This record gives sequence, structure tokens and C-alpha cells, in this order.
Amino acid sequence: MTEDRGAPASESIMVVGGGISGLTTAIEAAEVGYEVFLVEKNPYLGGRVSQLNQYFPKLCPPSCGLEINFRRIKDNPNIKVFTLAEVEKVTGTPGNYDVSIKLAPRYVNENCTCCGDCAAVCETEIDSDYDLGMKQIKAAYQPFEMAFPARYVLSPKIIGTEDAMRCKEACKYDAIDLEMETNTVNLKVGSLVWATGWDPYDASKIDNLGFGQYENVITNMMLERLASPNGPTKGTIQRPSDSKDIESIGFVQCAGSRDENHLPYCSYICCMASLKHATYIRERYPDAKIYIFYIDLRAPGYRYEKFYKRIKEDPNVFFIKGKVAEVSEDPKTKNITVVAENAVTGEKVHQTVEMAVLATGMQPTAASAKLPAELTYTEDGFIINDFEKGGMFAAGCANKPADVVSSNQNATGMALKAIQTLVNR
Amino acid sequence: MDKKYGVYICEGCGIGDALDMKALCEIPEEEGVPVKTHPVLCGKDGVALLKKDIEEGTNTLVIAACSRRVNFDVFRFDGCIVDRVNLREQVVWSHPRSEFPALTEEQKEDDEHYDRLEMLAQDYIRMGMARVEKIDLPAPYKLDNFSRKILVIGGGVTGMSAALDAAKTGFDVTIIEKNAVLGGNANNWRKQLPLKSPYEQLTPPVVAQMIQEVASTSNITVKTETMAARIAGEPGNFIVTLKKPGEKMEFDVPYPLPDEMKVDDKGKELTAEQLHEKFMEYNQGKNDILKIDPKGEAFGAVILAAGWRPYRPKEGEFSHLGYGELPDVVTNAQFEEIAKKGKIIRPSDGKEASSVVFIQSPGAGDDDADFEYAGSVTSLVALKQAKYVREDFPEGKAFVFYQHMRTPGLSENFYKSLQQDPGIFMTKGEVTQVSKNGNGLIVEAENTLLGEKVQVKADMVVLGTGMVPVTKDDPVVNLAYRQGPGFRDNAIFQDYADSNFICFPYETQRTGIYAAGGIRRALTVEESMEDASGAALKAIQCINSANRGVSVHPRSGDMTFPDFFFQRCTQCKRCTEECPFGALDDDEKGTPKPNPTRCRRCGTCMGACPERIIGFADYNIDSVGSMVKSIEVPSEDDYDEPPMRILGLICENDAYPALDIVGLNRISYSADVRFIPVRCLGSVNVIWIKDALSQGLDGVFLLGCKHGDDYQCHFVKGSELAEVRMKKIGEALSSLALENERVAQFQIAIDEYDKIPQIVNDFVELIEDLGPNPFKGF
Repeated sequence: MTEDRGAPASESIMVVGGGISGLTTAIEAAEVGYEVFLVEKNPYLGGRVSQLNQYFPKLCPPSCGLEINFRRIKDNPNIKVFTLAEVEKVTGTPGNYDVSIKLAPRYVNENCTCCGDCAAVCETEIDSDYDLGMKQIKAAYQPFEMAFPARYVLSPKIIGTEDAMRCKEACKYDAIDLEMETNTVNLKVGSLVWATGWDPYDASKIDNLGFGQYENVITNMMLERLASPNGPTKGTIQRPSDSKDIESIGFVQCAGSRDENHLPYCSYICCMASLKHATYIRERYPDAKIYIFYIDLRAPGYRYEKFYKRIKEDPNVFFIKGKVAEVSEDPKTKNITVVAENAVTGEKVHQTVEMAVLATGMQPTAASAKLPAELTYTEDGFIINDFEKGGMFAAGCANKPADVVSSNQNATGMALKAIQTLVNR
Repeated sequence: MDKKYGVYICEGCGIGDALDMKALCEIPEEEGVPVKTHPVLCGKDGVALLKKDIEEGTNTLVIAACSRRVNFDVFRFDGCIVDRVNLREQVVWSHPRSEFPALTEEQKEDDEHYDRLEMLAQDYIRMGMARVEKIDLPAPYKLDNFSRKILVIGGGVTGMSAALDAAKTGFDVTIIEKNAVLGGNANNWRKQLPLKSPYEQLTPPVVAQMIQEVASTSNITVKTETMAARIAGEPGNFIVTLKKPGEKMEFDVPYPLPDEMKVDDKGKELTAEQLHEKFMEYNQGKNDILKIDPKGEAFGAVILAAGWRPYRPKEGEFSHLGYGELPDVVTNAQFEEIAKKGKIIRPSDGKEASSVVFIQSPGAGDDDADFEYAGSVTSLVALKQAKYVREDFPEGKAFVFYQHMRTPGLSENFYKSLQQDPGIFMTKGEVTQVSKNGNGLIVEAENTLLGEKVQVKADMVVLGTGMVPVTKDDPVVNLAYRQGPGFRDNAIFQDYADSNFICFPYETQRTGIYAAGGIRRALTVEESMEDASGAALKAIQCINSANRGVSVHPRSGDMTFPDFFFQRCTQCKRCTEECPFGALDDDEKGTPKPNPTRCRRCGTCMGACPERIIGFADYNIDSVGSMVKSIEVPSEDDYDEPPMRILGLICENDAYPALDIVGLNRISYSADVRFIPVRCLGSVNVIWIKDALSQGLDGVFLLGCKHGDDYQCHFVKGSELAEVRMKKIGEALSSLALENERVAQFQIAIDEYDKIPQIVNDFVELIEDLGPNPFKGF
């Protein structure tokens, strides 16, 4: 990998988004022999999966595959990585695009050794986006331990303050450059792959499920962070209001998904994710009662079905087929009551649990802001691939909701589509 | 190459503060090797210093600074051998002076005190110097004959899609199809599921259009009624023998001997020659795998897109649903055939079937699983076929009983579009029985959304049976590999040719052969076509990599490959048998024949070899052995109570990064352990362990990836094989009167870094309890 921001190349591919799909597209194309620019808006690569504790159904850590992918990048001079970078404008036609990229300042240059001296003296604390705001971190920070590139970053919040000066003075390696400014890089590429991924659906928009109103209602992505050894609680899962060990927990499936008022489609991963979350809880609490409220459990295929079956064997995991209508809180105990209509028996189920996890779905990032290129979208913001036209393609969850395996299959295929555009122009 | 050495020690990041630089420099100096220190070696000045020395002839560098995981680009110098000694993460960051104090001047003189941290750093410098002495720069392996052509096995939607994709990228492709026509299963369909947004309407099968496109693509050759008798050789030069289905020929692929035939009457293992003789008898009429077909066609890579076949219920299976007894109970594949022919009629009497029940799950009660080999596709197919009923009959009724409607992602839109249709009834339900009812059928179900117990009259009943990968019946690829003709480990995936890696879905354990489509999972047409593009990419990538003489994933770009010193081979066949990728074939005497482009460079063969004749340019028995030997083992001659010396052989893929994170978090652990990274635990040769113990090290442990069905080992089998070897080494230790506990293996996932200090410290404590190695000082 190089971070050379120099001369643009002609026989090259741009991949927008450095999550698992973008990484896959970029690396696979580069290993065929093409030059690839990988553009990522965060200060690190890895995207959404870097926030996950484990993958289903293997229950293995995403950092394992990410580390291999990072090594593939390090070993491959064909890949040029831009972090804190966003595409501003794309013009041109398949085989011949001009792209402007806006690079936000990191305020830390390549001299950084990750020694941490800047963070030690920095006094300002900010919410950690990586930890979904559940943790305060220093405004001079390394996003997470295995972050790539392995380099600190300064929050723009402290620029111009004494704190920034303190950080600069603490650095023995002259790595802090407070003069860094936003700049624009123009590149010529033959094709682009948009792997701009997804955001968790904003759970506070789902009025009846109590997120943002009740402390003990959290989202599935928050649970991932809580379960992660490098998360805000170092992997312990306790209930937010009083840090109590958990005796009962409810999972509300389709929180937003399969709902015309929110996300009309199925978000693909949430059923398997909640089943996985049941294993997180069980690992930490052998006797906790786990209630899963669902419409359909979408665990198709041999491996997923096997995983579901294993969890079903647990006598303290209860599956209730029914859409959750309401979530309420007992202000005294802070317990949560989940109300659902059992679709089979018709009876209303009132289940009180100590905390509830909303299985919020995925929303394509383009749903909130369209990308600066000529692309077509579904009503919900997924990019529609036009293989006839070629030139620009969407990979992974920018294209449709999918799990990691399917995203990677898709992303590998899109690397080929991008190469085809170069070959045939 | 004529090596000119240089050792460079960085003082930055706390290294210079914690360590006695002068003492460190004395190590290379004593060997007559020039050594330089620098306050910040990765800074501009530091790099300039290195570059200047390189210009002046230094070509073999030991850089003692940070982990090799960082500053990888800064310290990469083309044409130079570089070893990165990790003084930062593995020494000073994980061993603070507060816990590992430096010695006072007086303490330095006595026999009681020693500086554990200084000893650690010094050993690592010695180990780095030992390594660079024993390694060379790699030269790429180039095939004599090279083909860029791609073979696609299977002419269905996936195969044709892959072929078109590869052809459009400029590659010549041959499709072989066992049937007389292209198209595969899709030929039997009336319509197909929507291919794109809004995913609401059925479309005519894309297959006809694809067949035309294939026919008009000049760089695609189609061979129908053709299959692979065998695929010999290796990526870049696969030699393929084609044949007609059913034809018997001498180039049909031979099968390995079953285990019970590998021993004589008394249960004794046969010699290599005897085995080969038996193998040839067992495969009578077929040539050995090493006999190359002179008429064979060369290909660079293979895409396995042989697909799936409809599940065939066994006799009596699903009898509660009437299958096999009632002619109007059919599988979804049978129903599709009927629908393809015209209006839906029932098999029993040819009467129009306007009321059809679709069953998605054969069980009842707690068993809510779909039919075997089902996926979300079978849910979608039921919906598709429900629509057929409505297309054919204005008053038609379709009932879909499911336990879970599996229409994930955007396919939910298709499901929703059906919900608007008043003639389609979809409900959760456990179907308990299907029986005859006059001329028709009656379906009984419980716990449905329509009521606790319901009965539905129907003209026909359709079972949502699954898509069985053809690899269940037959290896299909017919690889002329000593390990056998098929993929290994498909049993983990119910015989699908899938990958066990979530991150790396095209890993098949057989380099250059990439599965796609229904052969790997029940996939829709849309998913199969995407998968086909991915497999085509991987095939092209493999061809280009083989042409450049470099490895493919996970050691992408690695130019080294295993080199064999055949004169000393004892034909034990272990390397051939243990290679996770089947890269080695052995001849009639048992001598291995390497196929370097099949190899992934994990070094499992090197670990397996009892004669130690296998190695890589930059990683071999001698290079690691010399590192082990360079570790100083203090004895009672040196100190009253000398510290323990323990060797940790760690997987560089997961355990090594995890150890870096331990350092980054400044978590401390024993300073008496010396770590050596290995490519994979599978590459660990027991000689390293024996050497370590015989030179007086007190214990050895291996730290690597998890194994079992959910293995995380990037080379599939490495950590598992290592464990088997470690069990065997226990016996050898007993014969030396050493305790078994002195050698151990631990499994760790990359994110479990916080567990490493405990693992290390516990092991050190255990060894301390056992006491020093009695061989110490000899």
C-alpha cells in the first residue's frame, strides 16, 4: 500500500468505501494486477464489520479477516488508500471518469508511531463514533487497536485550542501537523465501484419501541459494541441503567424492517444477528432468559438452519412469533415490557424483561444523501446496477441488504465488472 | 547473493529509554556486523541513513524497531533481505521497567541479578541476525508451459454467466456441459424469479438469451455432452481430458485407496511401492494421476459451476405428506415441469389443478426446519409457483404453508407483491397430514395463522424440496490429485462445494478451481450470476498470479515456494497427505512431486517432513532452527537461580497481531519467553522443538488459530495438524525423561489478545513448577 497522493493514473479503478465489500473489491482487483484507489470517509478501513464482535454462524472475530486483508493491502503497491476522504464529484463516461476527492485533515502525519503521548496529554473528550457514542474518548485518538492505517487522528473540535497545542508539544516525532487543511485530489479512473455500505436504521424514529426514551432499550449494533472485547465495556454486557447482570432480555426483530412506515424491505441479517446475540448473552449468563419476538426467522440454508437449531435447543431461549406492538418501561425498576400479539395463538403477550434489544435494520448510506455521480437508485436508496452501461457499479449493501458472505461474493464479482470496463473501453 | 549485513536499532517509542543501547550494539559488534542506532529510524533521517547504507552495498538488514505490521512500506527495500525485530510491541511496550527493573551497577557484577528485559531484547537481536544469515531473496517460480484459457464446468446459468464474464474480460473460455444443450435446470422453468429491482414481477428465464450470447461470443467454445474425465496439472497448466458422459477411458480419474486397503492382512502399513501397486489394481484400467494425457487440453484455471439437482425423496420419506403414495403430491421441481408444459394439470388424471397447496417445511411441532437443501430460494420458488396457479386459473387458489417465510433482503418485495393477491393464501403452519379426499387431496395443518387446526382441499400438493449440489453424488472436478478427485471437507457444508471462510468465499482448498452458483449454496439466478462474476475474477486472478510466479490468497504475492532436497527423501508421503491444498502428488515410489502453482506457501509440508528436506527461500528449517539456537540459555554457571527460557512459536496471521495489541495496550507478561512467528502452525517442524529442549530451553508452546468445524486457520488444517504432531511429540519427550507438559499448544482468536498474557504466564509458571530442563548446560 502507498499513500502517495501524487500523479493520477489512467488504467485504474476507484473503490468508494473501505468496509468489507470495498476492501474485497479493491484487493481482488489489485491482485489481478490493476491499480486501485480506495476511498474511505472514516480515518480507518474496515467499516461496519470492524464494529462487530463476531460473525455468524462461525462466531469468529471480523478482525481476523480484516487483518489478512490489511496485510494484502500492505503487500500490494497497486492499492492506494485515502482515508478521511469523500468523493465530491464524478464526471465522464465509462472508461474515462474524472473524480474529485475531498480529503479532510487528520492533523497527524506519517511520522506517527501510535505511541499515545498525544492522547495522554489531551484533555478534551469526545463521543466515540466507533462505539456509537457509548464511550468518551480523547480528542486525540486511535480509532481502535487494530485500525488501519495504524495512525492517530485529531478531532477537528480541538483544532485552534490549547489542547491541540499540548498534543503537538507532547509528540516526540513531529507527527502532529495543525496546519493541515482540507484539500482536493483529482484522479482519472476507468471505472468506479460504490461500496458505500449501510447505516443502522435510526431506532428513535420507531416511536412505539422506546429507543431513546428508555435507558434499557438498545440496538443490535450497540450490543455488538458491548460484546466486543475492545468495546466500551470490554465485552461485559450489563443493563445500561444500573450495570446489573442480566437475568432476562428481549430481542425485537424487524425493528423498522418489513414495515411500510420505515424500511419496507427485509434487512437480511437481523434474524441471524439476534440468534448470534443470544449466544453472546448465553456465554456471559448461563441462566438468563432470552425472548426473541419475530415475524419469520430467516435462517435459510444448511449452515444458518443448523445455527438456529442449536440455539433452539437452549431451554431458556423462547421464540415468540409476533410483531412487537409496544415497548414500555416501569419507571421504578426500569424494566421493559414488550407487548406483542402472538400471531399463531392470537393472544397478546406481555413479557417483562430487564432490557430489550431492537434488531434495527440496514439503510443504504445513499438513502440519506445521494452520491455525487450519475447513478440510479431504488426508492429506498439502494444503487441499481446497470451492467449494460457499465463503468460504475455498486457492491455489497450499497446495492442490496446482504450478509457478509454474500457481500463478499458480490464485491468480488464487481471487481471483475470494473476490470471489464477498463479492458473494453 | 553476497550478503552485506547491517543491524539498525531504533531508539524511539521508548526503546532507547528502556534498553541499554550500548549493550545491544555489542551483539552485532561481537560478530563483526556493523550496527547503528537512530532516535527515530522510521523518520526521514532514519530512512535516509538506511538508504545510504543500502546504496553503499548493505543488502541484508536487521531492523530492530517496531512490529513488522507497521511501517511496512517505510522499511521495504527492494532487492534487500530485511528482518524486523520487534523491540517495541514485544519488548518494551509489554515489559515496563517498573515491573522489569534495570540493574544497578553493583547488581550487574553479582551472580544473583539479571536484567530480564535486556536479555529479551538481546535475544531478539541475535535471532534476527541468525535468521537473515539463513535466508535468501526469493525468485519467482515460472511454469514452462502456460495457458490463460479458462475451463467452465457446467453450462447452466452460472456457467454461462461466468464464461461470458471471463470472455468479456479478454480470456478464452471453454464450457463443458454434460447434457446435449446448454441451460441446465433453468431450461425446465416456465418463468424465473425477478432479477432486479423492484423484484415484483416474474420474468421469462434469462437462459435462452444467454445461450444466444454465448453462441455469438467468439472466444467461448462450447462442448456439450462433455465432462472432465480428469484434470491434471496445476493452475496455469491444468491438463484436462474430456469425455462423453458414461464413456470409460484410461484417463478417467483414479480414486485413492480406502483406508482399510492401506494395510496388509495383519494391519501393518504397506510400503509406498505396495501401496502404489494396490492403488493401480484398485483403479484397474485407469492411468495413474502422474501420467499426463498427451491429447489433454491445457487450461489456466477452472470454474466449477456444475450446479444442483432437485432433491429426490427417498422411498417412504414424507409419507405423512402423501409423497410417493398419492400421485398428486409432487416436488417443486416436478411441479415446475408440469407448469412448463402448459396449464397446470394434475398427474393422476390430467385434470386442471386450480387449487394447489405448497408446503415449505416437512416437520411439525418443534421441527420448523425447511426441507433439506432448501434455502431462501425454495421459499421464493413456492411463491413463484403460487403465481403460476393464479396465471392459469382466474379462480385458482394457492395456499402456502410455511414455518418461516424466507424471503430475505429485497426479495421481500416479491413476497409483498403476492400478499395483494386475493387468491394466494400464505400462512405459518405445521402441516401434519396430506390424504386422499375423493378425487382430490386434503391437507391438515396446525397452529396456523388461520386457526389452530385447519383443513384445506386441494387438487395438488407441492413440497418445497431442496437443491442438492451435484458434488453430493460425484466429485465432478475429477482432479488427478493424489489426495483424491474432489474437494475436501464438503461434509461440513452438507456436500456443497462451499467455503468455510466468511471473509473469503472463494476459498476451495484447491487452488485455481473456483466454485460458483448452486453447487455452493441454494442460490437464486441473480445470486448465481453475481457469484459467477466473482468466480471468474478469481480464475483470472489465479492465472495472472501463476504467470507472475506469486501465490494467491492468503499469502497473495508471496514469491517463495517450497523447495525439496529429494536426495534425502524417505518417501514417507506425509507431505503429500498433509498438504491442505493437495499441492503435492507422489510417484510410485512415494517421492513427492511438487506443483508449485497449487501451493499456498503455508509450509505445512515443511512442518510434516521428518527428514527436514523442505524449505522456502526466506523460511526454512535452518532459518527457524538457527533462531532457536541463537537464544541464550542461562544456566547455574551464570546465575544462582537462572531464569527459565521458553520458546513460543506463534501463528503470524492471528496470534502475532494479537500479541502486538497486547503491547499496544501496555499489558505485561513474562519476559522469559522468546517468540518466533511462523507462517502457520502447520509449518512447525518438531525438530525445532526437540532442538530447543535439547539445548536447554525449559518449555515450548505453540499459539495459533482455532480448529474444528468452525476453523479459523487461514490454511484450513494447519493448527489441527500441529496439534496431532504435538501429541506425538509427547511420546518422544517421555523417552528423554522430559515431562509432556513442557510442550503445549494453545488456541487463540485474533481478538482474544487479553487472554495471551495469562496463557503465557500460566505456562511459564507451570514450567517453573516443573523445574529447569535437565539438559540445561549440556
